[in-house]
Amino acid sequence: MRPEPGLSFATSFAQALLDPARETPEIVTGPNGKAAAKRYAVYRNNVTVSLIESLAAVYPAVQRITGAEFFRAMARFHVRSHPPTSPLLFEYGREFPEFIEAYEHAQTMPWLADVARIERAWLDAYHAGDAAPLSPARLSAIAPARLADAVFIPHPAMRIVRSPYSAVTIFAANRGSTPAARIDASRPEDALITRPEFDVAVRHLPAGGAVFAAGLASGQPLGEAAATALDASPDFDIASNIAGLIEAGAFTSLAAGDA
Amino acid sequence: MSTVTKSTGPAAVPLRFATPIGGVAGTSFKPEHLPAILAAGPRRGFFEVHAENYMGDGGPPHRALEAIRRDHSLSLHGVCMSIGGPRPLDKAHLARFRGLVARYQPALVSEHLAWSTHETSFFNDLLPLPYTEATLACVCDHIDQVQEAIRRPLLLENPSTYVAFRESSMRETEFIRAIAERTGCGLLLDVNNVFVSAANHGFSALDYLADFPLSRVQEIHLAGHAEQADDEGDLLLIDSHDGPVADAVWKLYEIVIQRRGAVPTLIEWDSRIPDWPVLQAEAAAAQVILDRHRSAAMAGERHAA
Repeated sequence: MRPEPGLSFATSFAQALLDPARETPEIVTGPNGKAAAKRYAVYRNNVTVSLIESLAAVYPAVQRITGAEFFRAMARFHVRSHPPTSPLLFEYGREFPEFIEAYEHAQTMPWLADVARIERAWLDAYHAGDAAPLSPARLSAIAPARLADAVFIPHPAMRIVRSPYSAVTIFAANRGSTPAARIDASRPEDALITRPEFDVAVRHLPAGGAVFAAGLASGQPLGEAAATALDASPDFDIASNIAGLIEAGAFTSLAAGDA
Repeated sequence: MSTVTKSTGPAAVPLRFATPIGGVAGTSFKPEHLPAILAAGPRRGFFEVHAENYMGDGGPPHRALEAIRRDHSLSLHGVCMSIGGPRPLDKAHLARFRGLVARYQPALVSEHLAWSTHETSFFNDLLPLPYTEATLACVCDHIDQVQEAIRRPLLLENPSTYVAFRESSMRETEFIRAIAERTGCGLLLDVNNVFVSAANHGFSALDYLADFPLSRVQEIHLAGHAEQADDEGDLLLIDSHDGPVADAVWKLYEIVIQRRGAVPTLIEWDSRIPDWPVLQAEAAAAQVILDRHRSAAMAGERHAA
């Protein structure tokens, strides 16, 4: 869209903000003909640094793992290639895990992108809508013959992140301030992220649990979701999984065909 | 408006007019201070929040804001509306802003004379604009839209800037006065921004204040700034909000209060955030000035009567 006459300033001003190779826009100046390069650089710096800090706020464990210098260099590339499209900075950085996956210098940490995915899900859960979690009594009130048809409504904060690496353990070890012990990164781990009241919780799902939880969240009836989970993991245990999901606050309600 | 509009209850629509809160000093609300604030109980003053931090659907941010709002007046300060940009306002963002005004019924609602979004990119900074007839018309149109949405006057904040535009044909004070006259908006005078811009552009802060439509000012901001150098090695001030208010800014503030009378005054502190007592002490220092001039004004009224 062409700007109206007299309103092209933003295009000229914006073009060089995230591109250090571009010259200071000619439309700006210092007072009394003074130069504007360092003056304009204040805006460049504010934009780049504040967006790097926004990524650091979303991904504290990633920063703790890589160290601040590595993180800021990686984040600077990302900020320049993927500036935010929303003024809500807690929404920023959705493409960062994919960026990390492809980032040349992060190839020795193949699990880092999944840790980032858990952090992104953590912040989504933090800001998700408020809803009372499903009471365990609601499930026990259902006649056994109808259990297989029960359909669960996911809580707005519920998220699942699957990883072929020990992403949950690595995440948990790097979100606090205590020194992380050596972790075997090679065990696949799936994360369940919930926020039943106001505290976000990240749990490690048991075998088949992620397939099961994702099936229920997508509207599959209990019986069908359990069958899919059993296909994926022969040692899947339905009783402990459904109890665990409800206890974690993964759902808000359920319909059993009787309601 | 149609008469068949269904009543949606008192909290569903914003108040047409703000509740006046008088000449009190407030502070930025930072979530890390919440336990200390709640432990101390209700206090004189108000809290200001950046609207965008409360635009999520739910969770701890809203719980904290509800706890603050229960006992205190609130100032809702928008940072990202991009009122000064040439692009049409983001309708979804405007709806979220309106929703916060309706939900929290703030005593003060403000935004910036600046822009932050262009094309599809959000730059997360308060970027400057040239002062011309074309930008004036555009800004006024945007403010009309905001005021229509929130059903009350907006307070527009004067910017701090590091560059000027060759094409500008108006002084900043002239531009702001014209906006206020055309849109009926109120003004948020950031005294630190005046000080920073005066240093950066080589004008007198006192001249600026003398030319500023003070009668329209309904809130004042005070904050700390940092020092850098420009291309010629001269002093360049940065509006950093990361420290105490400078002595020279306090002096300007007292001059403004002397002329304008006591208006709600906010201590802004957004990075390198200190413990709550430090921030509270800055607000107390502003309150002393406000009270001094309020009692002087009241004494003046008694003499006149």
